[in-house]
Amino acid sequence: MSGQGIIREINGPILKARLPGIRNGEQVRIGALGLFGEVIALEGEQALVQSYENTDGVRPGEPLEGLGWPLSVELGPGLLGSIFDGMQRPLTELYRAHGDLIPRGVAIPALDRERTWRFTPAPDLKPEQGLAAGAVLGRVQETESIEHRILVPPDLGGVLVELAPEGDYRLDDPIGRLRDADGRHHDLFLYHRWPVRRPRPYRRRDHGVAPLLTGQRVLDTFFPVLKGGKAAVPGPFGCGKTVVQQQIARWSNADIVIYVGCGERGNELVDVLESFPKLKDPYSGRIMMERTLLVANTSNMPVVAREASIYVGITIAEYFRDQGYDVVMLADSTSRWAEALREVAGRLGQMPVEEGYPAYLASRLAAFYERAGRVEALGGSAVGSVTLIGAVSPPGGDFSEPVTSHTKEIIDTFWALSKELADARHYPAVDWVGSFSGHVDTAARWWAEQVGEAWAERRAQALALLARDAELARIVNLVGPEALSSAQRWVLEGARLVKEAVLQQSALDPVDSFASPEKQYALLDLALSIYERGAELIDLGMPVQELAAMPLLTRCRRAKGNYDSQQVERIQALKEEAMQQFDRQRAQYAGAGESTP
Amino acid sequence: MSAKEYRTAGSAKGGLLLVREAPAVAFGDRVEIRDHRGRRRNGQVIRCADGEILVQVYEGTDDLDLETTWVRFLDQPLEVALSPDILGRVFSGIGEPRDDRPPIVSDLHRAVSGSAINPAARTYPREFIQTGISTIDGLNALVRGQKLPIFSGSGLPHNRLAAQIVRQARLIDQEAAFSVVFAAMGVSYADARFFQEEFADSGVLGNVVMYINLADDPPIERLALPRVALTAAEYLAFDLDRHVLVVMTDMTHYADALREVATAKGDVPARKGYPGYLYSDLAEIYERSGRIKDRHGSVTLVPVLSMPSDDITHPIPDLTGYITEGQIVLSRELHNQGIYPPVQVSISLSRLMKDGVGKDDTRDDHPRVASQLFALYAHAQEVRNLASIIGADELSDRDRRYLEFADAFDRRFVGQGEDEDRSIFETLNLAWELFSLFPKDELIRVSETDLAKYHRQGDGAS
Ligand SMILES: Nc1ncnc2c1ncn2[C@@H]1O[C@H](COP(=O)(O)OP(=O)(O)OP(=O)(O)O)[C@@H](O)[C@H]1O
Ligand SMILES: [Mg+2]
Repeated sequence: MSGQGIIREINGPILKARLPGIRNGEQVRIGALGLFGEVIALEGEQALVQSYENTDGVRPGEPLEGLGWPLSVELGPGLLGSIFDGMQRPLTELYRAHGDLIPRGVAIPALDRERTWRFTPAPDLKPEQGLAAGAVLGRVQETESIEHRILVPPDLGGVLVELAPEGDYRLDDPIGRLRDADGRHHDLFLYHRWPVRRPRPYRRRDHGVAPLLTGQRVLDTFFPVLKGGKAAVPGPFGCGKTVVQQQIARWSNADIVIYVGCGERGNELVDVLESFPKLKDPYSGRIMMERTLLVANTSNMPVVAREASIYVGITIAEYFRDQGYDVVMLADSTSRWAEALREVAGRLGQMPVEEGYPAYLASRLAAFYERAGRVEALGGSAVGSVTLIGAVSPPGGDFSEPVTSHTKEIIDTFWALSKELADARHYPAVDWVGSFSGHVDTAARWWAEQVGEAWAERRAQALALLARDAELARIVNLVGPEALSSAQRWVLEGARLVKEAVLQQSALDPVDSFASPEKQYALLDLALSIYERGAELIDLGMPVQELAAMPLLTRCRRAKGNYDSQQVERIQALKEEAMQQFDRQRAQYAGAGESTP
Repeated sequence: MSAKEYRTAGSAKGGLLLVREAPAVAFGDRVEIRDHRGRRRNGQVIRCADGEILVQVYEGTDDLDLETTWVRFLDQPLEVALSPDILGRVFSGIGEPRDDRPPIVSDLHRAVSGSAINPAARTYPREFIQTGISTIDGLNALVRGQKLPIFSGSGLPHNRLAAQIVRQARLIDQEAAFSVVFAAMGVSYADARFFQEEFADSGVLGNVVMYINLADDPPIERLALPRVALTAAEYLAFDLDRHVLVVMTDMTHYADALREVATAKGDVPARKGYPGYLYSDLAEIYERSGRIKDRHGSVTLVPVLSMPSDDITHPIPDLTGYITEGQIVLSRELHNQGIYPPVQVSISLSRLMKDGVGKDDTRDDHPRVASQLFALYAHAQEVRNLASIIGADELSDRDRRYLEFADAFDRRFVGQGEDEDRSIFETLNLAWELFSLFPKDELIRVSETDLAKYHRQGDGAS
């Protein structure tokens, strides 16, 4: 514990104080209001402090108190379904206690201390048995779908002295005791604390093996991300970053979803808060909110807490990973986090290197994304993952700006959103030329085993068709469509079919919003098969206009919205029907034409 | 309130006054300054260290002389007095009367800086506001509690559009019920006058509060103005249960004032000289709109900003677009063709439309009709480009229909009279008239049920 100091200077969220003996990174309470803050630099007896809360009304000469610990989060039952601010204060409780506006200087524990939880100890644990850091002590059924595994804190280990029997406990009731190597006893609780800026340790890092399924065709089928992977969604304003992230929060096959609204709109969080309790997770059938947790530091909240919110989110994500869960963390937007860094750096007079950003921007970004991964947890045999998906908001939509360009070097899946596509209301506006995934090979193995042998081939064919389409469209724009051969014009039609029947997916259409891998594959196969069979007929002399006017094409375009993921066989049946029609046409043309098979 | 005056000004430049040997005053506190001629100016503490205080002076630092400048620290934040009597009044950027009437007397004072609304206290805005303008109602619908800016350029009719919205905005089945807060920053006398006459002519003046800072008024006052205006709007909405429409013009002048002060303070610039915190600063303003649980009223925000050189990637429109819930963009090209209101729909957007339109709110087909119109118009624009290269005669039949659609859309759907108040049903029916140019197979964004119900295949679709 360190002691009291005196505030010397206030410059927005940055303060100077005389505070001997304090540590860098230590939490402080500021002034008569007791605002929360953090020491960010030391110069002799002078500490530089950043305040997570607005400093209006604070004056020089007021006291400042060191709390003795770094910014930490509480990890235990009660996290799920909650909404926290950037310092992990529970916003619903704050609202109940303090009304519409966020009060300042209020200390309120993240997890409810009154509530009791049914704890079932791990059956194989006996006193005097060795207990590794991170070992599972028992479990609490936190929600219908999620069993919360109670862990020995990662920085503690030794021998079990005693463990409580099955029963109802509050968070502050000890549920066991452990003796460390020095013979010291430690009480164990249903929760523990962990400093947010320190990655939680694990035993071993593993390769990703399975894709994170998002139910979004352009993501899963074209630019997959693995469980444990890192992805970025850059795009100009209004192009669909938040929608992509919310769709993943809704429909992905992760066990736990952590949605961090970092410097973005309040209403977007409300949207999640109001809609998720009404939606069902398509995999477990349970209410979506039961597996979801929100961290909210909206754009109008103080900028320093915005910087912290990202770390609060990722630490909670790692905690569920350590229980053996597949976690996805969505950060909207990492640019606002970077801007918070920039603002603090600017106030500290640090030398800006690019567009006002400090030199350590790239390394901070890299260190943050490095916390994603699939790992074998410390304590036992559990394997869990954190998939990290960050939105990036480049000023002016310019992807060469520092945050986008540094992020691009770090991540392995890049979903570039394009203003042209968004303006044409082609949603999701994921640009198939500028996007990439480094994990297509791994994903291909999974798809081949689980869904369709030819996935990789079909995917490549579709991308090739889109590439030819772009090339031909350039020609058309120079000299007009007349310059194209029939086969080339059919390429344009085929690409249009892939765009409309497969790539475009409305988040607002209840049927189209989610597509199972089987449905995705069936739609892709349908569109490509129509294109291929059509191309044969063109060769046989069928006019493009006639082909393009086949009612079949309209039915193909409408299939995504007419059949849900339970009705994949109807899409397959549509394909069969299409093939038969093509067979008949082919017989006609082959019979009439000079080119016999 | 401390009566002690300090005559220890150390420097005065760029709207900032440095006071030495000062007491330990609080960050953000109000300051009163008396200059050598005895005139009063208002300021706010923006940095304080032991004995040295930096004050932002709302009336600017021009003509201050250090020797004979007296400074009084008021020991209170920048506040405004609030009562129902503010309706019908005109104030300056810091809330002082501008209409030769006495100041507001009230026990209720609120700090203008405002605290952030707890996201857990909000409810999602979903009540459709009919503005009577097809491009807004049909394609980019506004809902109560939304922040939806108008992006414009010099010489474009943004003021006329804003005035038309104020005149016509109402819920579908109700008469006008909005109170209006009008916040003008750095506007010309003529523009301020235009709005005043508009309000007077439509008889709503008694339901309007105006905060006005003209082009030749001190620019730093523009930093306080939107905060003062929004404090009033919140009072009307959440204390008096009114639905409030806030029109703020021109946010570009606000941002320029912010840049001026930031430069004087020596803040690190990010883009085009604007400080890195421009985003957060604008967000503090825009995020004050919304709906709150268990509160009857609402704050709907329509900021107007002119894009320097019509450049939408300029930091001011860019950062605004990143914060607001969509944007209505005006086009010089449409304006030059004589189309009013010249809304460029392809780059306009309303993010809150999704929950405000459809079966229970407007009409079942509305969301799909909007999506269909957008899709058709997007392709029609491509066709237009193509036609300009190869000539319309070279187009296929299908593309020629798109060209015809594009022209009809601009003239009939986008274009409408300044006094034309179209109901949402008129707007939707108009859309279906335009759809009749196409065969059903071309219209895949509307449902088959919609087609059966509304599609009347016209001559163009043979
Ligand atoms: N898949 C989709 N289906 C339907 N509409 C979509 C889809 N994706 C985006 N949109 C539309 O685009 C709008 C803007 O999307 P979104 O809010 O996600 O943009 P953003 O990139 O997050 O913008 P900002 O950077 O300003 O936050 C949405 O409100 C919605 O109308
Ligand atoms: Mg967004």
